[in-house]
Amino acid sequence: MTPIIDIEHMTKSYEMGGETVVAISDVSLQIRAGDFVAIIGPSVSGKSTFMNMIGCLDRPDSGRYLLDGEEVEKMKDHQLAAVRNRKIGFIFQNFNLLTKLSALENIELPLLYKGLKKKERLEIAYASLEKVGLKGRERHMPNQLSGGQQQRVAIARALAGQPPILLADEPTGALDSKTSQEILQLMKDLHRQGHTIVLITHDMEVANQASRIVRIQDGQLFEAGGERYEPAAVH
Amino acid sequence: MNPLQSIKMALRSIKGNKVRAFLTMLGVIIGVSSVIVLVAIGQGSSKDITSRISSLGTNLLTVNIIGTDTVKLTEDDVGKFGGISGVKDLSPVVSGRVTVKNGAESTQVSLTGTNSSYQTVRDLQLNSGRFLSDMDDEYRQKIAVLGSGTAETLFGTDDPVGQYVQVNGTSFKVVGVLASKGGALGQSGDNVIVMPLSTAERVVKNTSVQTVYIQADSEQQLGIVMARTQSELAKLFPNNQDNYSVVNQQDLMDTMSSVTNTMTMMLAGIAGISLLVGGIGIMNIMLVSVSERTKEIGIRKAIGAQRKDILLQFLIEAVVLSSMGGIAGVALGLVLAKVVAVAAGLTIAYSTAVILIAFMFSLATGVVFGVFPANKASKLHPIQALRYE
Repeated sequence: MTPIIDIEHMTKSYEMGGETVVAISDVSLQIRAGDFVAIIGPSVSGKSTFMNMIGCLDRPDSGRYLLDGEEVEKMKDHQLAAVRNRKIGFIFQNFNLLTKLSALENIELPLLYKGLKKKERLEIAYASLEKVGLKGRERHMPNQLSGGQQQRVAIARALAGQPPILLADEPTGALDSKTSQEILQLMKDLHRQGHTIVLITHDMEVANQASRIVRIQDGQLFEAGGERYEPAAVH
Repeated sequence: MNPLQSIKMALRSIKGNKVRAFLTMLGVIIGVSSVIVLVAIGQGSSKDITSRISSLGTNLLTVNIIGTDTVKLTEDDVGKFGGISGVKDLSPVVSGRVTVKNGAESTQVSLTGTNSSYQTVRDLQLNSGRFLSDMDDEYRQKIAVLGSGTAETLFGTDDPVGQYVQVNGTSFKVVGVLASKGGALGQSGDNVIVMPLSTAERVVKNTSVQTVYIQADSEQQLGIVMARTQSELAKLFPNNQDNYSVVNQQDLMDTMSSVTNTMTMMLAGIAGISLLVGGIGIMNIMLVSVSERTKEIGIRKAIGAQRKDILLQFLIEAVVLSSMGGIAGVALGLVLAKVVAVAAGLTIAYSTAVILIAFMFSLATGVVFGVFPANKASKLHPIQALRYE
């Protein structure tokens, strides 16, 4: 079975104060459809850069990235935008909802950029909101919702476009422990329903919820056992 | 994303910031409304002048003596014009400024010394009494016809007919009052006093006629009459063509309308500049809005907004702002022009073309000044934009 994410020998460096910093070097990773993978690492490990790569927010310097069968590394900006829209559902640490739009309208947004008609958009948005347990809060504005509820809306937004991958960046980072548990439970439920989830965190407890853990350190990837992660093992 | 969605989104973001939106629009509102008001006044006075000139008929010639020091046109000379075939009527005018008094009331008015034909030639209406007669001129009668403005200043609401006024110290009997004919270009046609030519010559101590109005039998004859008048003048004042002129009503109308057109263009230009300033205001606010909403742009890009989606969103917002300002400006302009017309007693003429142009210009302002901020927004990198707090 072809992996849904297939990254080979990916390297990314950037300029910082006149110096070239290698954020990730020669990283390879395969993730199969239906996986729940946690990528864990401390704050300057290259974790964020790697997430930006997986999320198609940026292009690698070298290496290959096949996302759901599409070669992403060569894409132009507008193609990347389309890929983000169709293939990836983002869940952010700070929820990143648009504060001037209601819960329902926030969920509609990716569908709007996808070009769906009003009727379809509403149908999907209602269903997504129900799926995350917020039925009846369609007209609430983000500031009328608790942190946990806002993150649920964000998850509903990520789900709305039915992307093959959910990419969560510290989804519980801004929540208290009880709410964190609820959000993680929701993600586990979504995993059980067949969603592929990539979870990026610095918290081992959170990472432990995943079915597979990959560690990132100094721009290198290791499988949870502690050895250097070898892509060949997955094939 | 379809344009209707974008417009809805733009309206929502404008609604979220009402005061700022209003202040942004203010420049456009002032610009558009001032274009409409100023052009309405300009065209109104142009229309007013044109209609007044044409009401005198198209078969009127005016002989103006410009250099009265070198060229003296006497009443006898004027009599020669009467001999020209095709001339129906003519009316010489001696003018000057005089002080007119009635008891304690006193005013400076312009004096017109002329004959009885003046009434028909200049198309004057009387409010009360009678106009000058040939007899008055012959016998140098000390009688006068007052303009409605003069009459009001000196007599208030009383009827001046039969009463006496002092003109430069001499007593004159008022025999009639003219109907008001309004003013143009800041000059009132009502603050006048009209008296027989012979009498006026004594009052202003000047026997040379400055103006002669010649009415031709018909419009067809006008050209011939004009040519003959000119040759008569050339005979009277050889090599002095620079000191007199003969114009017909059409020439006069053309001159006046070119003057008022220039004035209108100038007013429109000034108003156009204020529209430009309004546009810069829009650009300013849109730029602030872009940097304020960097995070929003990042989120939109992360969930799949294309560059053109963001560009369109901000551009449409600018256009919606400017067109709302444009509509408000048109409404305000129409009302304001009406108010000015009533308050200042001016004639105004709305021009649909100018209203449309002003509105289109405000739309264009939105597009032109919206492009730069919108482009800036659309080019933001999603990662940097997301990280922006």
